[in-house]
Amino acid sequence: MSNEAVLHAHSGVATHEVHGDHHHEHHHHETFITKYVFSQDHKMIAKQFLITGMVWAVIGGLMSVLFRLQLGYPESTFPWLEDLLGKWAKGGRITPEAYYALVTTHGTVLVFFVLTAGLSGTFANFLIPLQVGARDMASPFLNMLSYWFFFLASVVMLSSIFVETGPFSGGWTAYPPLSALGAASPGSKTGMDLWIISMALFVVSSLLGGLNYIATILNMRTKGMSMTRMPLTIWALFFTAVLGVLSFPVLFSGFILLIFDRNFGTSFYLSDIFIAGQGALPNEGGSAILYQHLFWFLGHPEVYIILLPAMGMVSEILSVNSRKPIFGYMAMVGSLFAIAILAFLVWAHHMFVTGLNPFLGSIFVLLTLLIAVPSAIKVFNWLTTLWRGNIRFTPGMMFAIGFVSLFISGGLTGIWLGNSALDIHLHDTYFVIAHFHIVMGVASMFGMFAGIYHWFPKMYGRYLNNTLGYVHFWVTMIGAYLIFWPMHYEGLAGMPRRYYDYSSWESFKQFIELNRFISTVAMIVFAVQLLFLFNFFYSIFKGRKVKTQNPWGSNTLEWTTPIRPGHGNWPGEIPEVHRWAYDYGKDGKEFIPQTTPVGADESHH
Amino acid sequence: MSTATATPGKLWGGGKSPFNVEYGKLMMWYFLMSDAFTFGAFLISYGTVRFSTNGWPDPNEVFRSYPFAPEGAHAPLVFVSIMTFILIISSVTMVLAVHAGHNMDKKKVVVNLILTILGGLAFLGCQAWEWNHLHSEGAWWGHNPFLNHDGTAASTNFTNFFFTITGFHGFHVFSGVIINIIMLIMTLRDVFEKRGHYLMIEKAGLYWHFVDLVWVFVFTCFYLI
Repeated sequence: MSNEAVLHAHSGVATHEVHGDHHHEHHHHETFITKYVFSQDHKMIAKQFLITGMVWAVIGGLMSVLFRLQLGYPESTFPWLEDLLGKWAKGGRITPEAYYALVTTHGTVLVFFVLTAGLSGTFANFLIPLQVGARDMASPFLNMLSYWFFFLASVVMLSSIFVETGPFSGGWTAYPPLSALGAASPGSKTGMDLWIISMALFVVSSLLGGLNYIATILNMRTKGMSMTRMPLTIWALFFTAVLGVLSFPVLFSGFILLIFDRNFGTSFYLSDIFIAGQGALPNEGGSAILYQHLFWFLGHPEVYIILLPAMGMVSEILSVNSRKPIFGYMAMVGSLFAIAILAFLVWAHHMFVTGLNPFLGSIFVLLTLLIAVPSAIKVFNWLTTLWRGNIRFTPGMMFAIGFVSLFISGGLTGIWLGNSALDIHLHDTYFVIAHFHIVMGVASMFGMFAGIYHWFPKMYGRYLNNTLGYVHFWVTMIGAYLIFWPMHYEGLAGMPRRYYDYSSWESFKQFIELNRFISTVAMIVFAVQLLFLFNFFYSIFKGRKVKTQNPWGSNTLEWTTPIRPGHGNWPGEIPEVHRWAYDYGKDGKEFIPQTTPVGADESHH
Repeated sequence: MSTATATPGKLWGGGKSPFNVEYGKLMMWYFLMSDAFTFGAFLISYGTVRFSTNGWPDPNEVFRSYPFAPEGAHAPLVFVSIMTFILIISSVTMVLAVHAGHNMDKKKVVVNLILTILGGLAFLGCQAWEWNHLHSEGAWWGHNPFLNHDGTAASTNFTNFFFTITGFHGFHVFSGVIINIIMLIMTLRDVFEKRGHYLMIEKAGLYWHFVDLVWVFVFTCFYLI
């Protein structure tokens, strides 16, 4: 790249609109296919992950609206449902099979496709090379493959919705025997085969992505970017990748054994089973609990795979928009590390009531409650970062603060659930639903929204509309609490999760009105997400243009690239780093980018 | 926070690989860790089921034959020892191939790669014979003809785990052989000579040693214990 290219990049965005990113094209010619479809540019791959994740978020969210309709109005019929779902909503009421299929697919899709691929897939791809100062990922080719494996997984999962016997309906955890025996339920037939194929492809995608993220962070940091100068986003994405690389293979093993149980007459997970209409099965000697161990050995790290990227982005956004250094940088890194280690040592707290040895249970209680320590460190550090800050309430900042609020609210109930004695009462109730939706689901969505609002100017060279952003934030924030807060009371009253119709139980009749209220809010919140989608796609083409290179006054390297960086990110030399990412308000300067050399008279801190 | 001190020249200071390896080798190491977790999960599952089951067949009784053995031959562990020996020797030839690569000795690389490939194929052949032999005795996924130590009927999980885990390992050996064949072709076509280094062979070697190492654990769990 020549100086001319640098100047050109600064000369105004308008020329870019007309000519595209031609200034870097004397490297290689890009066609539509290589630029937008089989792209090897990490920024484009990030956008592919993001938009695919958004499609899944709409599908998964719509599913929750449909089953909330059943939960809120169990006695009513909606003729339009039959038009939409056909035989799955005969007479305008969702059938029990369809209800379970919706719940299962909602969980699978949101956990894996939206909050894993859509969240860390997007931001690991987008931010790692930009923030460590690399031209691209270690292996752009494997990175591209990672997206396309995810795409294939998506296609297979989507097709499972349309098979005659319906998608898998045994819950997102896919416990055997429902997942192992085709005869167990309609969804256990072809739907489950497709589910497992899709998930296997997803594991491959996640492995390819994770290896790339790790190699890039360790090997491709620019000169001066020592590990302790990295923004916390990168630390969080690093631990996320390590968690994924070490936990998904265990799930993969579990799936292979499941495939054999389904198709080849083995009994790894099966023993002493009687199916109505078929009689006793010959399978002997297997253990359904074994699957649960293998599943939750992934399943628990998975919640941190979802949460850590959100934590990292929130740390960065809070610091930038408070115009203050992040409080306790090393404590933040240390707590991320502690969470990553503990993530592997707590999985059996999902299994307290399976007949686990109570002594073993007590060990898992201890290890689970230990997670409260690094989590509390993080919360205090976020609050102290905000404390007396010069806060700019951008939509990204609002969502970051919302994340902290949700993480506290949802995290505290984790202390309840981590106690095996309390868990006997709370297990499989709406209390659990409330807990994990707030702390993992909504909080991570907030982290994702914060990231999108904050980095949208870097992604597309335009801003999202702020007014729509504030509406989106407030309705989602208030709505999330209105949906999930009441569920705590339902759960404490013993209301179990996954039931089709609570109105037939005397003890849960008191919640009919409350359930209807929750369903109503859920629909409003879903509608507001469509508003966000409108904002997103409208702003890509028509949003306010970014005129300055560093609109947030941020220290990190991605804002030293041109407003619309081409493949390779920096025209000319890669920047050298001279300081950490959090020199805000130092020595009377509002911010000092990482590329600024340390002055002779600069203070230590 | 030592933001004010410059860190050029430091190992972790950025601008270079802290482990002094290029990214591909780093990715291979992390992949092998990941794969180790896959095998670990399999073997721990096997252990869990086995130790919660009352009886288990005696490996000395199950694995007692060899090709062209007379009827009723009783040679426990002989054949599998030969298999294991072949695989370990193939690891040695792989080391020699990598070493020759360091010295840019194309001819020796080719010879040792061929020997490694032959070793891998021989191991797979042995495994095919053993599977076929066990199958002829009535063993397969979901079928276990072998009795427990104490003569009672055993659960099918003995054969279920045996075929699944040795099969998964065999698949790894098979893909290792394919990788080595690709390395051989690339060597013969002077790809590495032109690049000036045989780094790819080193990475293939890492994978091959890993597959051998896993076999030691699989061998111990199924044939010795």
